[in-house]
Amino acid sequence: MNTDLLAALPWALGYLFAAPFLGGLLAGIDRKVTARLQGRVGPPLLQPFHDLRKLLSRRLDPVNRLQIPLVASHLVFSALTGFLIFLGTDLLLVIFILTLAAVFLVLAAYSSGSPYAKVGADRELLLMMAYEPMVILTLVGLFRVTRSFDFWGIAASGLPLVALLPGVFLGLVFILPMKLRKSPFDLSTSHHAHQELVKGLTADMGGPVLGLVELAHWYESVWLYGLVFLFFGWNPLAAVLGPTLTYFLIILIDNATARVKWEAALASAWAVTLVAGVGNLLPYWLRGMP
Amino acid sequence: MNKSTKGPAIEKSPWLIHYDASSCNGCDIEVLACLTPVYDAERFGCIVTGDPKQADILLVTGGVNNLNGPILRNLYAQMPEPRAVVAIGACAYSGGVFADCYNVLGGVAEVIPVDVYVPGCAARPEAILDGVVRAAILLAEREKAATAATASAATPTAATPVSTGGGK
Repeated sequence: MNTDLLAALPWALGYLFAAPFLGGLLAGIDRKVTARLQGRVGPPLLQPFHDLRKLLSRRLDPVNRLQIPLVASHLVFSALTGFLIFLGTDLLLVIFILTLAAVFLVLAAYSSGSPYAKVGADRELLLMMAYEPMVILTLVGLFRVTRSFDFWGIAASGLPLVALLPGVFLGLVFILPMKLRKSPFDLSTSHHAHQELVKGLTADMGGPVLGLVELAHWYESVWLYGLVFLFFGWNPLAAVLGPTLTYFLIILIDNATARVKWEAALASAWAVTLVAGVGNLLPYWLRGMP
Repeated sequence: MNKSTKGPAIEKSPWLIHYDASSCNGCDIEVLACLTPVYDAERFGCIVTGDPKQADILLVTGGVNNLNGPILRNLYAQMPEPRAVVAIGACAYSGGVFADCYNVLGGVAEVIPVDVYVPGCAARPEAILDGVVRAAILLAEREKAATAATASAATPTAATPVSTGGGK
């Protein structure tokens, strides 16, 4: 156990240092591909880094004294989520850290006086309600097949998990836009201009405060694709192709769909969780004890 | 952190907020045209945000009247320093064809300081993009001057105790 932790420690530390660069690069490629899909030239590939550098260089000007510790906690726990995942800690524990990170961002939004931020925070809570069952079911499904709740244990199982758990994988891909703040589920806040809530969750967050939120988002997107990788980990080629194709699929969905109302987001996420996720696991459960 | 070596980042990532004072919407349509594939303002790192706290450059179209003057002042006050204002079109300059109306105060400069004027009625998208890029350069120069000012301000305060101490 302890030797496993020690073996995983370089990976976890590597994540802490490399995730901001990898996450920023993912965001940069995303913006470039999105621009090309729309027939535009698009920003430079490294634009997210320019944005972050600018945001962090601006004067710290929070709307209240609570905002900074809340947003900083959001960043710390977002990074900690990935750190613990790649350390091989029990994934069920990690879900609580992940929820804590999300709750801190919601609290930061609630702490501002902006009505846009408050509606954005309400919607973020609804999205959490929508995606959490599927996150838990993903881990339950991975355990059911591999008998492991830790990242490296699952990755070392050598099973073609995407073939064994197609419904669970579909459910995970369905909720990915919620965590990545992408259409059709970018109702709490959006990267794109002119959404009906102005900036929603991040309204009233400017300069370094917004920079921290952005950094936390990069940390999150890296470990999210880490979860996607688990489904393809049995084969080196699949391990590269699977997450890459999923990444481009999410960009395509982002560009091809309109933002849905919260009722549709909640209902569809739970329906997919129930039909694809539970439906996938039902035969496993019927065959024997979990 | 690497501010001094790389130059101000603000030049590469000017975020915009657009306010329609009392424009006829001619200039507004041209502002939106800047975001389309033909002109693509995102090439310069521009993001149009609706949030004044996240914006670096305020784009104003149309003249100012008694109703929208306070709103404009409020938006400007919420933007963090350094900030720049780009007045787009003839109305934002002087009130344009509406200058003689009983309720029109005049151009944007009646309410807030303007940094760049974009000519035209309506202003052309190329001219608007030019105005935004010039404003971004202006912001970078201002930030450079501000950091230089704080650096030079820091040196005398560090030197003062030495000089008053009498050659210590």
